[in-house]
Amino acid sequence: MANFYLDNENLKFHLSHPLMEKIVRLKEKNYIEKDQYDYAPRDFEDAFDSYDKVLEVVGEISGDIIGPNAEGVDHEGPQLIDNEVRYAPGTVDNLEALKNAGLIGMSLPREYDGLNFPMIPYVMAAEIVSRADAGFANIWGLQDCAETIHEFASDEIKKEYLPRFNKGATAAMDLTEPDAGSDLQAVQLKATFNPEDKTWYLDGVKRFITNGDADISLVLARSEPNTTDARGLSLFVYERASKAVTIRRIENKLGIKGSPTCELVFRNAPAKLIGDTKLGLIKYVMSLMNSARLGVGAQSVGIAEAAMREARKYAEEREQFGKPIIQYPAVFELLTNMKVKTDAIRSLLYETARFVDIYKAYTFISQERKLDAAEREDYKNYLKLADMFTPLLKLVSSEYCNQIAYDSLQIHGGAGFMKDFPIERIYRDARITTIYEGTSQLQVVAAIRGVSTGIYAKAMQNYLSVPVKAELEYLKSVLEKMADQFGKIVEKVNEQESPEFVDFHARRLVEMAGNVIIGCLLLHDANRDDRYAKSADIFIRMGRADNISKVSLINQSHPKDLGAYKA
Amino acid sequence: MSFRIIVLAKQVPDTRNVGKDAMKADGTVNRAALPAIFNPEDLNALELALRIKDQMEDCEVIVLTMGPFRAAEIIRESLYRGADKGYLITDRKFAGSDTLATSYALSLAVKKLQPFNLLISGRQAIDGDTAQVGPQAAEKLHIPQITYAEEVLAVTNDSITVKRRLERGVEVVKSSLPCAITAHSSAPACRYRLAKNIMKYKHARTVTELQNETKDYTELYNLRPYLQLDEWTADDLLADVSWLGLSGSPTKVKKIENVVFQAKDSKVLSSSDEDIDNLMKELLNSHVIG
Repeated sequence: MANFYLDNENLKFHLSHPLMEKIVRLKEKNYIEKDQYDYAPRDFEDAFDSYDKVLEVVGEISGDIIGPNAEGVDHEGPQLIDNEVRYAPGTVDNLEALKNAGLIGMSLPREYDGLNFPMIPYVMAAEIVSRADAGFANIWGLQDCAETIHEFASDEIKKEYLPRFNKGATAAMDLTEPDAGSDLQAVQLKATFNPEDKTWYLDGVKRFITNGDADISLVLARSEPNTTDARGLSLFVYERASKAVTIRRIENKLGIKGSPTCELVFRNAPAKLIGDTKLGLIKYVMSLMNSARLGVGAQSVGIAEAAMREARKYAEEREQFGKPIIQYPAVFELLTNMKVKTDAIRSLLYETARFVDIYKAYTFISQERKLDAAEREDYKNYLKLADMFTPLLKLVSSEYCNQIAYDSLQIHGGAGFMKDFPIERIYRDARITTIYEGTSQLQVVAAIRGVSTGIYAKAMQNYLSVPVKAELEYLKSVLEKMADQFGKIVEKVNEQESPEFVDFHARRLVEMAGNVIIGCLLLHDANRDDRYAKSADIFIRMGRADNISKVSLINQSHPKDLGAYKA
Repeated sequence: MSFRIIVLAKQVPDTRNVGKDAMKADGTVNRAALPAIFNPEDLNALELALRIKDQMEDCEVIVLTMGPFRAAEIIRESLYRGADKGYLITDRKFAGSDTLATSYALSLAVKKLQPFNLLISGRQAIDGDTAQVGPQAAEKLHIPQITYAEEVLAVTNDSITVKRRLERGVEVVKSSLPCAITAHSSAPACRYRLAKNIMKYKHARTVTELQNETKDYTELYNLRPYLQLDEWTADDLLADVSWLGLSGSPTKVKKIENVVFQAKDSKVLSSSDEDIDNLMKELLNSHVIG
């Protein structure tokens, strides 16, 4: 009878961030729907209370059903029978419970039967579900596709598809192909328009498609013949009921085994165009990917939380040399570092989600009326921040969640290597997070722009311009020095005027920025609540040491040394 | 005329996770130390009712709860899960009621909601474990009763077929309507609160609760009258006061004993088939199992 929302007070702390009032006001357009819908909030307090109460149900279902089902789902997995994916029985139960509680389509507007929740409570729900079962979180999290339809499709498509999500329709995003993974510009699946019935038809192969047999699929396809790059790609919505897709197989994976990963063959499959042609990858998929990356951030934090709790429980119970192993420095240091890292990525997760929330709310307002100058400025600012924090979040959270799962298994010792404890599954599930929705290496390619454009540096300055309590001043001054050190080393790398040299050090620079930014976030958390003072202190200590070591490495390197690394 | 199901539900102290301070020195329950929850088998009862509502075209589920003002939470909980309406039966005159006085008050409330088709309650509440209130209410209403219900197999406008979970098996019985049913814990678990219903009904308040609200929701209650929950007092039920509360309760608690379960005997067994076989026989013979 665990409740994964109520038993984790960090969640309510992040839900009650001061910026929430603005987010909810924008999302609810000054509570304009309060008399139109009987479940719309009347004011901020009312909305906040609704998020709190609904998250309690998410926590209850996660603790009572999804968590206990996770092992069975991992063992049984989905099956391919008569060209249909059959979920494991536990997966069916999970979906049924969430659907019946009305927890699918959480962020969709009320006119499409959604809950009109901002990203923050939605992302929080994703974190909670991921802690219970990270593989299942993928199936549930693909409701992100609804958001893309809502943002870019015609009214006709929106009316047809969106209300189905709340009734439990599942979704998939069909992007990857055998020869188009990280490089989506190479997508070849063909879309042909038939002027006679005014319908698009899809032909080709998609691979590694999560939940590939979903009710509603978004498919990236080449609509412009004789093109080879991103400008020839458009986004389509395909309906499972059309039965024009063959599922070749379900992949046998290392982790997230409950989530069916499919290879699909489209043969003359009817589909509808989303938005305009040629904007498929450039605009729509970029937006979809950003949501998915935020989703992986939430998933990583959920996995980290689960791994950390398993480690703590085991370390408290397991006795060696006459006392519980948690009493040995080698173990309690690991545990504390796990806690600090989890606090760190959670803080980055919700900060990023707030940025996304604000810019998205402005986007939807701008579809109804013109934004005024101040609003437009605000929108641009948050859009920039969201764009630069999303890859940073994806990079850091997924890497940390793997480190935490690794350390948790280590604390379990030999027992952790057996199938007897949940940690072996959590460890396997964690592994994908640094790979899908853009590998860590690709996140660096996106995030390095945050370094080169100065957006990260400006964000640091903004954080450090806010006064903090006297007892936290010492941390702020360390962070100021770290920010300064970061600025100098970026300059030094740029001075070499070698793009390859910048690429070579890109990950180090991005991670340095991450250490300062996360340090600032934890400092502010500590300023708001003393409980975070310890995490802030330890994280900043670790971050400072890490940055010093990176600076030392960069200082020792020169463009001419790169040859030594080349294959 | 819609098919009307009345569900009796009780708010109880959560006796499932009892800590050291659960009992007071005088042997009575320390309610302050135990969270107030929806009696578990009453949730099974609500689910049975909601499942009938799911498959009937025109059906309403009304929840009745008797208790102090804070028991209004039971009505909100029921609305979140899909009930249509609820009434709180509350009055100082009910204080100290045993099962007889409680079933008297409840039966009067049920009569106010006549005509109804089904009366469903949990088999028993975890604070008293008497399993008497449902059957007593049925007797007072002169309707047939089916206790220990696990599943409703069929329901029409004038009959119901129910599977009963008994100690040594199951029994399928059919009854005319209206009738009373008590739900066994093996009946399906109650569905979760629905997100939209939570947001729709969370402001539902009884008159007494409204007096203690800091925020003014007058405008909201004018707009949505269903958010005002009805309270019924002994006078509303036209009850004979001598049948209520302590005076209407012949049950007198003589003594409460603290019983501590202790394992005294132990026996070491090998993992051989023979030893396990012998243990099973021993347990069967002593009626521990079977």
